[in-house]
Amino acid sequence: MNRYTRQRLFGIAVRAAASLVVGVLLLVIGVTVIRGGGVLLADPSIVLTPPGARYMLEGTGGFLHAVLGSIFIVGPATVVSMVAAVSTAVYLQSDYSSERFSDAVNMFLNVLWGTPPIVYGLFVLTIIIATGTQTSLFFGIVAIAIFQYPIMTRYTDEALRAAPETVRESTYGLGATRFESARMTVRAAAPGVIAGLVMGFARGIGDAATVLFTTGRSTRMPGGLFDAATTLPVLIFDQAMSFNAEVRSHAYAAAFVLTVVVLGLIVLSKLLAGRYARYTPGGNR
Amino acid sequence: MTDIPLTTDQLSVTYTGDREIEAVKGVSIDFPANTLTTIIGPSGCGKSTLLKSLNRLHDIQENVEINGDVLLSGESVYDTDVPAPEIRRRIGYVPQTPTALPVSIYENVAYGLRIHGDYDSKADLDEKVETYLRKVNLWDEVADRLDAPGAELSTGQIQRLCVARSLAVEPDVLLCDEVTSALDPVSAESVEETLRELKSEYTIVLVTHSMAQARRLADEVVFLYLGEVIESNDVRSFFEDPQAERTRTFIGGPTPVDRDGTPVEPTATPPTHGGGSTVDDDER
Amino acid sequence: MTTDTDDLRDRARSSRLGRRLLAERYSSYWLTAAGYTAIALFAGITLLLFYRSLPILSEYPLSSLLTSANWDPAANEFGFLPAIVGTVYVTVLSMVMGVPVALGAAIYIAEYAEGRMKTLVAALIDVLAAVPSVIFGLVALIVVVPFVGNYVAPVFGENTVGVGIFTVSLVMAIVITPFMTSLTVESLESLPDELRETSLGVGATKFETIRSVLLRAAGPGIFSAILLGFGRVFGATIVPALLIGGQTQIPSSVFSSGQTLPTLIVNDFGELMSLPLTQSALIFVGLMLVVVVWLFNFGAMLVQRRLKRRWQYR
Repeated sequence: MNRYTRQRLFGIAVRAAASLVVGVLLLVIGVTVIRGGGVLLADPSIVLTPPGARYMLEGTGGFLHAVLGSIFIVGPATVVSMVAAVSTAVYLQSDYSSERFSDAVNMFLNVLWGTPPIVYGLFVLTIIIATGTQTSLFFGIVAIAIFQYPIMTRYTDEALRAAPETVRESTYGLGATRFESARMTVRAAAPGVIAGLVMGFARGIGDAATVLFTTGRSTRMPGGLFDAATTLPVLIFDQAMSFNAEVRSHAYAAAFVLTVVVLGLIVLSKLLAGRYARYTPGGNR
Repeated sequence: MTDIPLTTDQLSVTYTGDREIEAVKGVSIDFPANTLTTIIGPSGCGKSTLLKSLNRLHDIQENVEINGDVLLSGESVYDTDVPAPEIRRRIGYVPQTPTALPVSIYENVAYGLRIHGDYDSKADLDEKVETYLRKVNLWDEVADRLDAPGAELSTGQIQRLCVARSLAVEPDVLLCDEVTSALDPVSAESVEETLRELKSEYTIVLVTHSMAQARRLADEVVFLYLGEVIESNDVRSFFEDPQAERTRTFIGGPTPVDRDGTPVEPTATPPTHGGGSTVDDDER
Repeated sequence: MTTDTDDLRDRARSSRLGRRLLAERYSSYWLTAAGYTAIALFAGITLLLFYRSLPILSEYPLSSLLTSANWDPAANEFGFLPAIVGTVYVTVLSMVMGVPVALGAAIYIAEYAEGRMKTLVAALIDVLAAVPSVIFGLVALIVVVPFVGNYVAPVFGENTVGVGIFTVSLVMAIVITPFMTSLTVESLESLPDELRETSLGVGATKFETIRSVLLRAAGPGIFSAILLGFGRVFGATIVPALLIGGQTQIPSSVFSSGQTLPTLIVNDFGELMSLPLTQSALIFVGLMLVVVVWLFNFGAMLVQRRLKRRWQYR
């Protein structure tokens, strides 16, 4: 085959690949929006209605319990995980730890990042069994926080590394302590840190495997920190396997809500990052 | 305060990474009060390393070993109970790259004042921010947008902002690391102008690789070559009557010695203080 | 007079300095603890899962657990082979389907697309990489399942309703493709333009430049993109649980229903809490997942380090 023919065929192939990816993804979003949107349009109140007594069997009531469960689990988990992630990333900077140590920790973070979420779920479940307690909202928070931690740490660490070295030099040159200097470096890395925060939240709110075994897959409204709960992805999973058509249709409505939330968060993170970039040296290009 | 606020005593800095490199070799220099001393020398001769060792900036790095001592008003900077942050407040440092902290123009100047608690009230803080912005001739340019991000200023303005920020914490000595090398000629001139105005009030150490800049600004000149002080003198003597062979070569500009060994005739002209037309001959 | 105020200022400063240094000290304790969190978490997970796997491991030899095809917890039969085979099938098939498409799409975005089109496609793929996999599973139930059952399987002479290993693999390929694409785009775009210019400058075509220079230079990055994709398929739980059919048997073809290691946990979760030996067996599944991911990651890091050293690219 002529090398120019090969070149042309390759061009066609990569275009086809890109179109395939985009097409399939549009199909997925399209089906979610149309099916889910249809169900929601017919009865928007299901998002804000607590589930009926036989909700998973007959689809009476709505799925407010899962919406609240998602918020009450992923919100606190993100806060906890973010604090840990920023602290870790700051520690991994050269001011605090040696290069060898931060390389080693990064290796473990990589491994944790690649660890299947179901393992985190199982890990927290073994803790629940070992302590003789019950699955609950609380353990959902723990599991999601562990799941988010390596993701957010990676983003934050990258952002801090990309922050200009001269911010550190400047603050030290003014007599700042290591901690004060680190705080300014975190500010300088704000766009990346925020991107990490939102990505962590988006991944956390979309994950089902971590909370499947740890929250109790409740079909009632969450009653407290140590009461059973459920989240949107787990609810969708349970509804999708139902024999009742009404219940299955609610799955699409819940999927619609979840998709809108996740995509909205991603857009939000880009907007926020752009806002903060004004303050970042060299970020205002 | 003594007349010589800052002195180095057989100061050596060694990088102990993969290869051991002694970047500064037993340097002893006096930096007199209310004087601008420039440290000149070719790239990679240890100028910046020397400068950062004066206020313990190397403490935050791994693999740097420091021998000898630095004395601030007669007291050791290294062998002391005074914590490093306080040392660095007394010996301020302006890095080479103009760096606005990721906060507003106002907060850039207020940053040091806030961490050290050097103000009594909001009004006091406002006043101080204004004072130091005026000192670097920046007030008139930014007075109406103090809340704008510092990063939105031009690089020349940012560098003057950095100087104001450093002055605000009332340092005894100000270290400036090639503060104009990242700037365009016009901005460089504005920063030079600022330094020229400040040098009667402050003890300034300026690292530069630009001979022309040293001539325009310096009171004292230290010539550093491969980590050693070759010559140091007041600016007039240094340029008009250089003692060391190597100094003559270096002042002569990039042209090396002739083949037969006679150094090229220095083309130096006496420094012209206050003139702004000399920026063009800056060797950037 | 000035000396008095100077003195006051100095005293205020030094008392403040004391507090600042205290904050510095306590914050450094906190940060150090945070620095060790990843290691502690890793060790904690491995040790706890191992400890809880001991009952099943002491009851049956490892070799019979891994090679027995008989899975029936109620009868105390714990053979993991069907789930292992299912996992291998799904992983290999998804990667075979997903990697070429992801690479192609990434090359299009990084090297071919321009201007608005590039921004649009890249942003779309980035954003969609974040769509939860449960959504893909849900949509697949009404789109991919009938598609496979009615059109794909008959082509291969198979008769199926559509759920099974092939369906799971196809959906997982769709899940990980945007994810691998955006990571690959990142590593292609971080390459210096000089590389492209040099290669084109000696008369190579764009295709030759991409194949012999860019893909090689971006190798470590692409490698880790593929590895992360692998990790996500390997540990995927929700999509397989929805679409695999849940038959614990050695699959007879890629269209038959089966089980993966994670779905084994999901399907037998009910017994997990009550029967101690089943509990231990399922926790052992978790341990296997961790160990495999662990080995792959460390192996990958070695390969990557070698690639980087060899080609001197970061």
